[in-house]
Amino acid sequence: MTPVLSLNNLKAGYGQTEILHDLSLHVMPNEIVAIIGPNGAGKSTAMKSVLGLLNIREGSVELNGENITDTPAQKVIERGISYVPQTNNVFVNLSVQENLEMGAWTRPSGVEARLDEMYDLFPDLSEKRNQAAGSLSGGQRQMVAMAKALMVDAKILLLDEPTAGLSPKYRGEIFATIQKIKNTGVPILIVEQNAKQALGVSDRGYVLVDGANRHEGTGAGLAGDPEIARMFLGGGH
Amino acid sequence: MEAYLGYFLYLLSLLTVGGIYAIFALGLNVQWGFAGLFNAGIVGFVAVGAYTYALLTTAESTFHIGGFGLPLPVGMAVAMAIAALIAGLIGLVCIRLRSDYLAIATIGIAEIIKLIFKNETDITNGPRGINKIPRSWEHFSEERFYTSWPMSWFASPEQWEAFFASLPNWYWQPLFAGTILLIVFIIYKMLERARTSPWGRMMTAIRENEPASRAAGKDVTKRRIEAFVIGAAIMGLGGALFAQHLRLIEPTNTFDPSKVTFLVWVMLIAGGSGNNRGAVLGAFLIWTIWSASELLIAGMIDLVGAVFSTLDPSILATRAGFLRMMLIGILMQVILQRYPGGILPEVRPASPKAEKTTAGATGETK
Amino acid sequence: MWDAFGFEFVNFYLIPGLVLGCIYALGAIGITLTFGILRFANFAHGEIMMSGAYIAWTLMTLVGAAGLVIHPLVALPFAAIFVIGLFLLCDRWFYKPFRKADTIKIVIASFGVMLIIRSAVQVIWGPNQIAFVRGISQPNAVLREITADWGAMIIMPNKHIWIFLGTIVLVVALGYLLNRTRIGKAMRAVSDSPDLAHVTGINVDMVIRATWIVGGVCATAAGVFLVMDTQTLETTMGFRMLLPMFAAAILGGIGKPYGAVFGGLVIGLAEELSAYPWIGDTPLLSPGYKTGVAFAIMVVMLIVRPQGLFKGRSF
Repeated sequence: MTPVLSLNNLKAGYGQTEILHDLSLHVMPNEIVAIIGPNGAGKSTAMKSVLGLLNIREGSVELNGENITDTPAQKVIERGISYVPQTNNVFVNLSVQENLEMGAWTRPSGVEARLDEMYDLFPDLSEKRNQAAGSLSGGQRQMVAMAKALMVDAKILLLDEPTAGLSPKYRGEIFATIQKIKNTGVPILIVEQNAKQALGVSDRGYVLVDGANRHEGTGAGLAGDPEIARMFLGGGH
Repeated sequence: MEAYLGYFLYLLSLLTVGGIYAIFALGLNVQWGFAGLFNAGIVGFVAVGAYTYALLTTAESTFHIGGFGLPLPVGMAVAMAIAALIAGLIGLVCIRLRSDYLAIATIGIAEIIKLIFKNETDITNGPRGINKIPRSWEHFSEERFYTSWPMSWFASPEQWEAFFASLPNWYWQPLFAGTILLIVFIIYKMLERARTSPWGRMMTAIRENEPASRAAGKDVTKRRIEAFVIGAAIMGLGGALFAQHLRLIEPTNTFDPSKVTFLVWVMLIAGGSGNNRGAVLGAFLIWTIWSASELLIAGMIDLVGAVFSTLDPSILATRAGFLRMMLIGILMQVILQRYPGGILPEVRPASPKAEKTTAGATGETK
Repeated sequence: MWDAFGFEFVNFYLIPGLVLGCIYALGAIGITLTFGILRFANFAHGEIMMSGAYIAWTLMTLVGAAGLVIHPLVALPFAAIFVIGLFLLCDRWFYKPFRKADTIKIVIASFGVMLIIRSAVQVIWGPNQIAFVRGISQPNAVLREITADWGAMIIMPNKHIWIFLGTIVLVVALGYLLNRTRIGKAMRAVSDSPDLAHVTGINVDMVIRATWIVGGVCATAAGVFLVMDTQTLETTMGFRMLLPMFAAAILGGIGKPYGAVFGGLVIGLAEELSAYPWIGDTPLLSPGYKTGVAFAIMVVMLIVRPQGLFKGRSF
């Protein structure tokens, strides 16, 4: 089976600086895959390289077996890769509904129906649809950002640290939602700081160190690995 | 012989006005090239310098306040001081603004300065302007100068009259041009010293990475105001020389923003902002192009007028002036897009990254 | 109530202030949209506005030569097409090359465009003033009769009524565009965050084109309304309008079109009312300094509340 998304031996960075030295990872259909690792390991950079937002020097990015290396962001998104940035991921001056409509920019038709589906998936947003997104709480904004990204028929959803800065209560809610999204048939690639929880919902995970993948395995496997636990998951709780 | 004299005098006037523009461009280079301050109101500081000089050095007049008949160097020094003072006041208020806001604010300030000169008729004679502004060297042949100290101490008025009568009437031209070139050279030397000094390096650091400089404990705002004030003082001095060259100044046409502010910007961009030598080179080059295009277009008008005899040549002549301005505007766009560093790109003092900087905003990762 | 004071105040200060305010407002809409969406202060805006007025006048003259007298408002849409074309060409040639560079480069480029356009207009039409629609504008008789019956006579020439109506129509249409249409919402989205718009898949180039079109229509209207009001075409009028328009955009908050409209009205009123003899018999501020009022308001705003009254973007 071809992976939905695969990054093959990627070397990439901003301008002259190389951040990813040799990165390979893939996401299979119906999978949640987590990228974890210490600060500055290049987790977010890996995600941005998929969107064509930085210089790829070597290696390739493939979507369903097709090479999309160096395709401009807009084209990548049109081809079905939806991306939720870590910060600044909603249009604060637009209403919730308008945010979702903007998410559907590349969607040819059926926006109304999709809106209804999203309000079903994110019931909290339904009643706030006419409120400015900037007036919502952090967790709700994250929901808007995810719903906005799902307005197109996404082949894969990329989430950059969706729980950063959120309270534990919201974190749980976000991870539950991620599970729900997966159940609608959208595979998810997620970059996370909260490694333990992320691995808990993930089918597989990659540990990134210094711009290259160091370990990989099933979510539960990695979470249970004592070495990884010591290195990245912090001491005890 | 006559013809050669004509060419010689033309060359002198090119050097004179080119030199005055070089002073403006050096002033702008301190503000923009060193400190990254977008001053779009150069003409305001030039006007302040010109008016200050004019009011202080002209003979007493019923049309405007004064003139105070002060010695020329005093007028020039005070012109610098007043321009610096005004820049300081503006700096205290506006220097924190983002670059495009600073541009809007400085355009506004220049307009207000001109508005004041236009409206305060009791002080400035309003739109009719100030006349008979003494020009260095030429002023010696004016009666009020040779009849008073210190010239009267050397010789009697009659002797002076005889002396000046023996000189050709353009005697002052090489001297005036030489004075201006000397001033350009002195300012250039001083700015070069400033650029390579710790102060200059700090300016570069602030321009490149303001947050880091702030974090390193530099008083960014104060340094910027300093650069703004120094640049304005230089522009004020240039304004005083501009007034000497013109001998008659009035608020509207003399201080046309497109012929002062804009032309100076084109000069600095063409020469290479951040580079003092570039500023001087750009000023002389653009001024030469500007003047030469006048001759060229005048020739073309004769040609067009001869072919299309229905067109009024005087109308063609005024229109042609604007065509020149348009071409200068296009020239600037070309330089900006094709040669963003100018003819002489900035060279950093003791900076190992000097080559990389031409790549532009690569350092700005968000 | 409607004594000599009220009559004079309303007819000679308030109404002219509002008329001027409408003109500033329309110009400021374009400035605030460009500032918000393309992120730079477009110094060429005033000149483009001015060229729109010249083109409208030329159209009217050409049609007039064929024996047909048309109202400036009829010429306006055709002039707007030229202005939009001009905006799009400027963008393509002078602004687009710098889209990824430092903003200040674009600002310098727009500075150059300002000069190029003004010089071009001076080359084509000459530097002298041109009379725009000759004749004295009579006050609207119907309005005068009715208001006189109410005991509050308003003398307002037709041109002012047209300017008010035109402004209202355009502002309402703009509101519809920004809040109800897909492209309008996308304009607001880009103004909100260009980076996010980019990764959302919004066609930013299309939004930029739409911005120039909207700005072009408003700028042409502002230019034509201005010459309808002053009845003279001048090549310097664009530059003269620039400062009050920027002041209006900053007052209303950058990126806030309604803020710009409000700001325009405030600046227009402030300029006219500053010449009213509030204290004693002499104007509060000599009319020669009218243009300084906009500047003073702008500087105060930039220092006290740079995000503007309506919480626009502050840089």
